[in-house]
Amino acid sequence: MTTYGARRATNPRDAAEWSRGRVLRTNLRSVFGRAYPRIIGLTREPSWVFFEIFLPFLAVSAFVFVYRALDAPEEYIGFVVVGGAMTAFWLNVVWMMAAQFFWEKDQGNLELYFTAPMHLMSILAGMAVGGLVMTSSRAVAVIAIGSILYGVSYDIQQPWLLVAVFILTMIPLYGLGMLFASLFLMWGREANHLAELLQEPIYFLGGVNFPLRAIGPIAGLMMATLPLAVGLDAMRQLVFAGSEVSGVLPVGTEMAILAVMGVAFLAGARIALRHLEHLARREGRLTLRWQ
Amino acid sequence: MPDEPAIYARGVTRVYKTKPPVTALDGVDLDVAPGEYFGLLGPNGAGKTTLIKILTTLLLPTSGTAKVAGFDVVSETAKIRRVINMVAGGEQSGYGLLTLREQLWMFSQFYGLSYRDGWRRVDELIEITGLTEQKDQKVRTLSTGQRQKLNFARGLLNDPWVLFLDEPTLGLDVAAARDLREHTLSWKAAAPGRTLLLTTHYMVEAEQLCDRIAIVDRGRILALGTPEELRRRVQAESIFRIELDQMPANGGIAAIGALPGVLSAVLADEDGDAEAAGADRVALKVALADDSALTSVVTAVAARGSNLVGLAKSEPSLEDVFVELVGRGFGDEDGKEPAS
Repeated sequence: MTTYGARRATNPRDAAEWSRGRVLRTNLRSVFGRAYPRIIGLTREPSWVFFEIFLPFLAVSAFVFVYRALDAPEEYIGFVVVGGAMTAFWLNVVWMMAAQFFWEKDQGNLELYFTAPMHLMSILAGMAVGGLVMTSSRAVAVIAIGSILYGVSYDIQQPWLLVAVFILTMIPLYGLGMLFASLFLMWGREANHLAELLQEPIYFLGGVNFPLRAIGPIAGLMMATLPLAVGLDAMRQLVFAGSEVSGVLPVGTEMAILAVMGVAFLAGARIALRHLEHLARREGRLTLRWQ
Repeated sequence: MPDEPAIYARGVTRVYKTKPPVTALDGVDLDVAPGEYFGLLGPNGAGKTTLIKILTTLLLPTSGTAKVAGFDVVSETAKIRRVINMVAGGEQSGYGLLTLREQLWMFSQFYGLSYRDGWRRVDELIEITGLTEQKDQKVRTLSTGQRQKLNFARGLLNDPWVLFLDEPTLGLDVAAARDLREHTLSWKAAAPGRTLLLTTHYMVEAEQLCDRIAIVDRGRILALGTPEELRRRVQAESIFRIELDQMPANGGIAAIGALPGVLSAVLADEDGDAEAAGADRVALKVALADDSALTSVVTAVAARGSNLVGLAKSEPSLEDVFVELVGRGFGDEDGKEPAS
């Protein structure tokens, strides 16, 4: 027997009264719901293996051959492989977090998110969780292939600290993506131009393919703003513990910076989202595709 | 508060700050009762979509007050979002790589349904909307009609108290549109208290689905009432076309016209009626004060030696009402609404 619905409330006033627990559960379910398409996408579109593992791996390989030709310390090879893996996360943040709201608007999803009874932060969190799961598998693949192919040897003396640094890196990284998601929507008609603008400079400034210390005093500045740069530097110190190539700052300091960044970017994302919603409702920015 | 309107609007105005500014809504007043199916009928650019966007909390009114289920659209958005849902025509929402069933389940999560309840509700709605065969098909492979059924099912996931349908049959073929209208009526019949606000520019749709209709143009409500009331606005009398096998004797048409309750009786062809009777028939156009006078007309015709061979009531369409009110047809729009 099918029905068009079975109500528990007897009138809409009662139906609209939700306990805090129900609000929380709805938001958590929304996170899972929005993460679902990204996670399931791993099995639906195998072409990602070529585009997101093989092609980025070619870039990693190019740097490996350059460093070998220059007789650079062997750790540099490992630096590039780890950097290549972390690049996947940055690409995910730029293209599938920052630019996503813009595309969701074009598709008509944003209107539906706005009219549903969950907070938009839950949608962003769902995108982040889904993106993290999806990208982690790609990052692991890049590290595994790179390590086997180029004989990278790791010296990990504090594995739990490494896990903690990775998590601490992901929070501000995806927090930044959540912040950008609102900003892209507020500022830009062409999200892909903004995304492209962020892509290459960050490869350089984030020290993806070289030790950040190599660019001297600028490194400190980068550390202050880019979670990718800070996280990579800390992770490299932990993954190649016995290396002669030192980090810009001690790992503990870098973890503190990442923690502060995490709070700041998440708070910034929430403020930007609130501002976006207000603008959207006042000016019709979300609902009018021509704006 | 049992008598609280499901939808309430007073002086709702919305001006888009474009160059030049566009007034999409201009002082709209509206009351929709709980359980009522209400239609906003008007051409593109009339302001229908803007009103729906305000009521669904997507837009703020520039001025005026609007409430849904008793909650203010400006200050009580969270509560409104818990009891409404919205489906728009031509909607391409969701993610193409998901199957139809997965897509609905994903949206069920946004409305807070538990994992198990979500799947159960999704399967119910798939069966109701006749999408069982397509349930494991990827969304991007669905036809327009199937896609719109999916959207309709999505709109019912939270069993909304107020459902907004914005041009729901836009771009659908006749069968798919009819199917969707039937589902809409079934949804209403399944439980009392469900309110529907429909925007459309299809007369048949408004007439078939709606208890009351507001005719909207350039941001203003020009007329509001049941379809019958609206038609009465442009044609107070009942007009019948009566076909006889021969001209009535004993005073003929003049005698018919003089009967009590008969306002006028003329030869239909003389009146410029497009449908002329056959060569062996006579067609009369008779205007009555109300339908009850028809009995005396039929009796009088028979008494004068004529046999009735055809009878049809001539009613104005809602488009006639619109033309009468606005002075132009639906296709003659010259105003454009920024939202679509």
